Amino acid sequence: MSAPDQKKILWLPPALTGAALVALWYAAIAIFKIPGYVLPAPQAVIAAAWRERASLGHAMLHTGETALLGFAAAAAGGAAVALVLASSRWVKAALYPWVLVLQMVPVVVMIPIFVIWWGAGRPSITAIAFIIAFFPVAASTTLGLVSTDRGMLDLFTVLQASKAQEIFLLRLPSALPYFLAGVKIAATLAPIGAITGEFLAGTNPETLGYLLIVYRADPGKMPEVFAVALASYFLGLLFVGVVQWLSWRLLRDWHESERGAE
Amino acid sequence: MNAPRAASVAIENVSKRFAGGPEVLAGVSLTGRPGDFVALIGPSGCGKTTLLRLLAGLTLPSAGAVTIDGVIPAEARERLAFIFQEPTLLPWLTARQNVELPLRLRGAAAEARQTRALELLRLVGLEGAAAQFPRQLSGGMKMRVSLARALTRQPGLLLLDEPFGALDELTRNRLNEDLLRLREESPFTAFFVTHSVSEAVFLSNRVIVLAANPGRVAAEIMVPFPYPRRAELRESLDYQKLVAHANAALRTYQTA
Repeated sequence: MSAPDQKKILWLPPALTGAALVALWYAAIAIFKIPGYVLPAPQAVIAAAWRERASLGHAMLHTGETALLGFAAAAAGGAAVALVLASSRWVKAALYPWVLVLQMVPVVVMIPIFVIWWGAGRPSITAIAFIIAFFPVAASTTLGLVSTDRGMLDLFTVLQASKAQEIFLLRLPSALPYFLAGVKIAATLAPIGAITGEFLAGTNPETLGYLLIVYRADPGKMPEVFAVALASYFLGLLFVGVVQWLSWRLLRDWHESERGAE
Repeated sequence: MNAPRAASVAIENVSKRFAGGPEVLAGVSLTGRPGDFVALIGPSGCGKTTLLRLLAGLTLPSAGAVTIDGVIPAEARERLAFIFQEPTLLPWLTARQNVELPLRLRGAAAEARQTRALELLRLVGLEGAAAQFPRQLSGGMKMRVSLARALTRQPGLLLLDEPFGALDELTRNRLNEDLLRLREESPFTAFFVTHSVSEAVFLSNRVIVLAANPGRVAAEIMVPFPYPRRAELRESLDYQKLVAHANAALRTYQTA
């Protein structure tokens, strides 16, 4: 089968599911007579998104920036912490429970603390995006770093590799697929963290989280609330798409997960 | 590169016990003269692989001594190469880059490395696959790359841990013939662990039969066929008789 054929076919299933879901949405509104202030019709959501396109666009840009900042810090910080955790069993035993704290304490608890430390606004919101995206990168990369093939480690010993060579030529490359798996999850979480942060501690009206506060105050603006959901979805999709592309570029030659049809 | 010299090996009264476990090897003594091709056969659990790992310095003896050219394995690594059961190729490197690895780790210049790697890939019949990644290669081809990688530093001692066990018989036979041909071009002493008696007899000048629980040398069978050996050796009656003899010896020490 040629590549274009396959591409067409890969696009088809999600498009069909999407169409079926929209049909179901319409059907539910018609059958159960759901009012628009509870569940707006799809065309009302799209109309609202179009009406509010300027503020939604700006908000996506601002929220995207904050999410990107938190995401980048989570990817870099997660990898760095993983390197420390993987360095020895004792270090891991001593630090891991405290890394878990970051993941276990709910965001709603963290936000007031951050607001007291740094005030409401971008620094606190970025910190939320960072915290929520950090753990999957750290956990997954740590797993990758301690899963290096034993035979290959023996090979490096017999070949008299230095510790640095073992890390850079063996351990890091074999952990790369794990790191990218963590980063992929982080890419979905960072925008969620940013929007949650904006909703709870935002000061800039041109952000998705803040728009949510504005729209939900008006019962007639339910379609706008759904439009924010739509915008969040596209923002997340953009994040995941970029990471997915990066992962494909880095792994396509050698890793099963990115193996194309041959 | 200097002319390689086949190494001598001395295993003196070596015992090995892993922490908390039973004795894996008990009082094993073996010598390898330069140019010897020693095959190690025996039932599973007889410590064949442990013996090989002791020779590579990947594990240390609990008692006794292992020396290669008079020094302990960890100091003889310059002269030593190990071929594992798995090809252990780095999946993110091409065949050529994998063969280059031993020289790269030693800081050799890129150009010299590449020349040497391509030369070795040609020797194992894979010059056309230099730019391919391991996952694009068949099991036999991967083992050939592994073989080429082991020979990049012209080792005096080659340790092989059942390298062809996962291959079909035809491929295995071809690789056996190639291994002997490579040895003629650049002589090395070899210790070869295998489950296949016919492979052991075809390759080696000495077959060591090990017994299990604890692992010890049970018998030694001399293989008198002169090198170079060709594929036709397998059809000779003398060869088949010796394989039968070795099989009988192995059965004697095979505990059920």
